[in-house]
Amino acid sequence: MPEQANIVLPEGSLEKQTTRLNLGPTHPATHGVFQNILEMDGERIIKAESTVGYIHRAFEKLAERRPFYQITTLTDRLNYCSAPLNNMGWHMTCEKLLGVKTPKRVDYLRVIIMELSRISDHLICNSIVGVDTGAYTGFLYVMQYRELIYEIYEEVCGSRLTTNMGRIGGFERNFTNTAFEKLEKFLEEFPKVWKEFENLFMRNRIFIERTKGTGAISAERALNYSFTGPNLRAAGIDYDVRVHAPYSSYEDFDFIIPVGTTGDNYDRFMVRGEEVWQSLGIIRQAYEKVQSFKGKDAEIYHADAPEYYLPAKSDVYTKMEALIYHFKIVMGETEIPAGEVYHSIEGANGELGFYLVSDGGRSPYRLHFRRPCFIYYQAYEEIVRDTMLSDAIITLSSLNLIAGEMDA
Amino acid sequence: MPINSDHIKEKINTQFGDGVLAWDDSSDILCVEIKSEINLKVLTYLYDEPSLAFQFLTDLTGIHYPEKTGNEIGVIYHVHNLKENTRLRIKIFVPVGKPDVYTASGLFSGANWMERETFDFFGVNFIGHPNLKRVLNVDEMDYHPLRKEFPLEDQTRIDKDDEMFGR
Amino acid sequence: MARPVRFNLNPKDFSDRGINDVEMPEGHMGEGFFATSFDKVVGLARKNSIWPLPFATSCCGIEFMATMGSHYDLARFGSERVGFSPRQCDLLMVMGTIAKKMGPVVRQVYLQMAEPRWVMAVGACASSGGIFDTYSVLQGIDQVVPVDVYVPGCPPRPEAIIDGVLKIQDLIHNESLRRRHSEQYKHLLETYGIQ
Repeated sequence: MPEQANIVLPEGSLEKQTTRLNLGPTHPATHGVFQNILEMDGERIIKAESTVGYIHRAFEKLAERRPFYQITTLTDRLNYCSAPLNNMGWHMTCEKLLGVKTPKRVDYLRVIIMELSRISDHLICNSIVGVDTGAYTGFLYVMQYRELIYEIYEEVCGSRLTTNMGRIGGFERNFTNTAFEKLEKFLEEFPKVWKEFENLFMRNRIFIERTKGTGAISAERALNYSFTGPNLRAAGIDYDVRVHAPYSSYEDFDFIIPVGTTGDNYDRFMVRGEEVWQSLGIIRQAYEKVQSFKGKDAEIYHADAPEYYLPAKSDVYTKMEALIYHFKIVMGETEIPAGEVYHSIEGANGELGFYLVSDGGRSPYRLHFRRPCFIYYQAYEEIVRDTMLSDAIITLSSLNLIAGEMDA
Repeated sequence: MPINSDHIKEKINTQFGDGVLAWDDSSDILCVEIKSEINLKVLTYLYDEPSLAFQFLTDLTGIHYPEKTGNEIGVIYHVHNLKENTRLRIKIFVPVGKPDVYTASGLFSGANWMERETFDFFGVNFIGHPNLKRVLNVDEMDYHPLRKEFPLEDQTRIDKDDEMFGR
Repeated sequence: MARPVRFNLNPKDFSDRGINDVEMPEGHMGEGFFATSFDKVVGLARKNSIWPLPFATSCCGIEFMATMGSHYDLARFGSERVGFSPRQCDLLMVMGTIAKKMGPVVRQVYLQMAEPRWVMAVGACASSGGIFDTYSVLQGIDQVVPVDVYVPGCPPRPEAIIDGVLKIQDLIHNESLRRRHSEQYKHLLETYGIQ
């Protein structure tokens, strides 16, 4: 806390005591486009003013135009590092509104995909924290395993990044054997890699001195700012939507919620690192559960909801009811109940909520995304007050700000 | 343990009487519609009352119903009691000609940008907000885009016409 | 005392492996000298040492990170050093949606680059607005800066991004040294309002 600046200017001087630094929308440290105008006294930041909206794509207005199954492509682009999580969340919101119950196998397959995307998001966040402190190698090493996760997504839905995975009620096709083989390869090889990555940082003196004690936020302030997710858990509150309001059969799984103490950058890094281990455990349990379905049960990949799930093409060409359902779904004649629903999932950054108001029509009347990044970025000004510029840069990357989710 | 909805209803009804306009438990979360002037009082009461303790603001957003004259613009709060795991939805409605709502940013710091977003999209004027400017759109924009009368596409663009793009 | 040569005694035959060497430009070769025309050599040198500026805004930026990673390595084509300062870079790769709020920033970054400069629009959003035909998205960055190569895709696969970089390399290789002073180029910049 500087009581007195280093150089005190004489009275009536035209120069200002502080300098303005523009940590602009294009900057290698801001991973995404958001701007911070910093008032600095030497190296210390006195005030920060954030501007967002540089990638505002009007998702909420777009969603009022599209039918429910077309909104999945919009949700991909919210938190694009973990796109399948957003897709699954949206499908679950629709299922909540429409009253569709998914079978257990679908739930377990969804859990595998959601935890894989959580791992891929935490991989990026932690390795970028490493890059910002100067350690580029960890990033390159870990991106190799993100490619393996992308290959698993490709087996399931065909695409790497913007996956548009799943349908209301389940998945569009059963997981192939290749997908399971790749998953086994991942489960076998990745733990060693993550252990090596952690060894690079966890007890590294330079890393600890850079991140411990910087960018801290207390639990009360974090709750007041409506933080959720790893940032809140690093501050000490164990709020995890998977445990508080379990969805997609998360209550059948056995995992712990890692919690930090001070909410500084080191705690956030460690919480995310431990969450990767927990996700690996959940994937293993889910995989075993999926393998335990045999025979006819192993063929189930969607709920039995013909009004909302497109029937198989061979049925559409031969059976009358399937033809009618296909027509109704595509042309928008299905009866959608009017009402409102709020569903939230534990996204990689926190509680990703979908508030859907439907008036019975083909597209939502109003769809609002409760985006965790937007909400916790407000606290950045308070976190970096009176810290050094280099600490502010590390805080920016350890908060895991994804611009697509921030601006929507 | 989730708080009993009857307990919530009773507490709020006794405290605010005719400020409460309607209760709705048809959807997944208990929903209360209150008069727009008392929104900050209700939120503060829910925050301070020990048996209710809704101290986490999950979401704050707006909605526009052009056909409900006098009550077109709505502001919807989702609050959450983390310990007892209960959620509550609070709705207020204001006329589009005078959309004034008291700000919740004194109580919840997280409401700051959420209210700026609601102002940006719907034009709700939050009284007492420290910095009510547009947050997501360009500052020079003169209309509030998520109101129902405005179209999605930019009307000034010349390279794409609506017939070709199927609108 | 010099040791006798032990390794690499037999010349290797790479014809079956599909390894391409960069070909020599046409010229006149002699004992200790090689004469060719200036623009061929300059084109060759420029194309194999591009310094790109990744202007990564959204999802395509993550695919760019994958392209720079070790699986699909962009550095093998010479783009080893990515810079973030426009004053030092040749190739502006705009990856991701550009909103109207961001348009002036792209223009400012383009203006700060020194000639010769090339622009690559990666992804559907940078090429034409993509799936976001809304009030807040710029429908393609060619509304504000002249673009050389468009890479379609949402997001384009890393192989597609590399293909785009190779096309830029073709452009650079075949570019005449007089291009930036020609009437056509000046007219192009004038239509964008760039001096």
